[in-house]
Amino acid sequence: MIEIKNLTKSFGNHLIWEDVSFKIQDGETLAIIGKSGCGKSVMLKHLNALLYPDSGKIFIDGSDLFCLSYSELRKMRQRFGILFQGAALFDSISTFENIAFPLRYFTDQSEDEIHANVEEALEMVNLVGAGEKPTSSLSGGMRKRVGVARAIILKPQYLLYDEPTSGLDPQTSEEINELIIHMADSLDITSIVITHDMHSVLTIAEKVAFLDEKKLSWFGTVEEMQDSDYEPLVDFTTASEYQITKSEKL
Amino acid sequence: MDSIKQFGQYSLLLYQALRSVTEFSTYRKNLFSEFVKIGYESIPIIMLTGFFTGAVLTLQTAYQLDTDLYPVSIVGSIVGQSIVIELAAVIGGLVLAGKVGARISTELGTMRVSEQIDALESMGFNSVTFLVVPRVLAGLCMFPVLYVVAATTGIVGGILAGSLDGILPSAEFMQGARQFFYPEDVIFGVVKSFVFGFVITSISCFKGYFAFGGAEGVGNATTQATVLGCIYVLLADFVLAALLL
Repeated sequence: MIEIKNLTKSFGNHLIWEDVSFKIQDGETLAIIGKSGCGKSVMLKHLNALLYPDSGKIFIDGSDLFCLSYSELRKMRQRFGILFQGAALFDSISTFENIAFPLRYFTDQSEDEIHANVEEALEMVNLVGAGEKPTSSLSGGMRKRVGVARAIILKPQYLLYDEPTSGLDPQTSEEINELIIHMADSLDITSIVITHDMHSVLTIAEKVAFLDEKKLSWFGTVEEMQDSDYEPLVDFTTASEYQITKSEKL
Repeated sequence: MDSIKQFGQYSLLLYQALRSVTEFSTYRKNLFSEFVKIGYESIPIIMLTGFFTGAVLTLQTAYQLDTDLYPVSIVGSIVGQSIVIELAAVIGGLVLAGKVGARISTELGTMRVSEQIDALESMGFNSVTFLVVPRVLAGLCMFPVLYVVAATTGIVGGILAGSLDGILPSAEFMQGARQFFYPEDVIFGVVKSFVFGFVITSISCFKGYFAFGGAEGVGNATTQATVLGCIYVLLADFVLAALLL
């Protein structure tokens, strides 16, 4: 379980959000939504201690994330997989080597075992045969899939997705949404998805955290969100629905 | 205030690098790759720089000393010693501040802004061990080697320029060069290049590692790494000359 307690973050004099608290239960899929620039990705980076807050705590299964020593933190980080916004693939090595990368450094697996595990991961993300391609030749959707394959290769307990469908066409976005659901179901992973794509939220999430006005403005289940009459949330979700309807008409 | 903050960040980065230098298995592969990139791939430009420095210095020294007051072999003494003590290390250092410094800062800066460094950290890697340590160590090891290459080609350039121009036969050049050759000068040059290797690679790692702001940020980091690398090479040259000569 991940518990976020009274988290406050600012960059210089610019407050990002303050006093944010919520919990994520094991096996849940939580979507963190909000306008661009509201600090969603900043929140995600705190969950992996890539950024530290001004105040507040994050407990991962009871361990205070920000009080861990660096070696403990490195072990803790291996319980997480992250799909970064641009996939953050290492461009100096092949797709196969990107996925095999954590296995080579953190396990004693033989070359055959590494090969089998990478092929299995590629199969899970529907990219069989793409291993030898250079990452520069991959499309946006393929890059995200490779990012997911790399994120799950060490069989993490938590999977964090930063804008997994941004910049993708609707069809590829749908494939990524299905992939997220598949990962959560087949690997029994707790997923946290940063997005402003409401279609994605409705497809994949069980709970929703809405960041607005420099705070956690609303938190609840997807059903509660759909029934909510909280004005900023309604404005945000209906604006997205309007965009969906408009693009469908076009 | 900003300079103090940057110096603090730089010192912390070096401290982190020093602490993790024992994790050899993490950076072994990158270290050998950096030996090739910093050392082997810099040999052509260093040979070219050394050769022409020696050649031009010979022609200019001969021109300035075009009098019967000195034996012509004095040109070999001046050129040889100048190259060994100063020019091979400093001119080589300045060239490498551009070639090696720009590459390192661009590489790390791009990794930073495209979240590849975050990806490394998020997997449980110590990104400093993985990225900074091998680059600085390779710089420390390869710059002295490149200095020897630059000094050798510089003297060869001097000999060839002198003999081809007809102003100084190679035998006289070598006689003059040997007359004032002191092994301590080579040690001094090696020490200089060792320091320059550290200055250039550590500054460019620092600038790249903390780059921010997309393509423009990487460009700024690279420019700063190159300019600062050159400035600190000249500064270190002065300090070492004052301390060791």
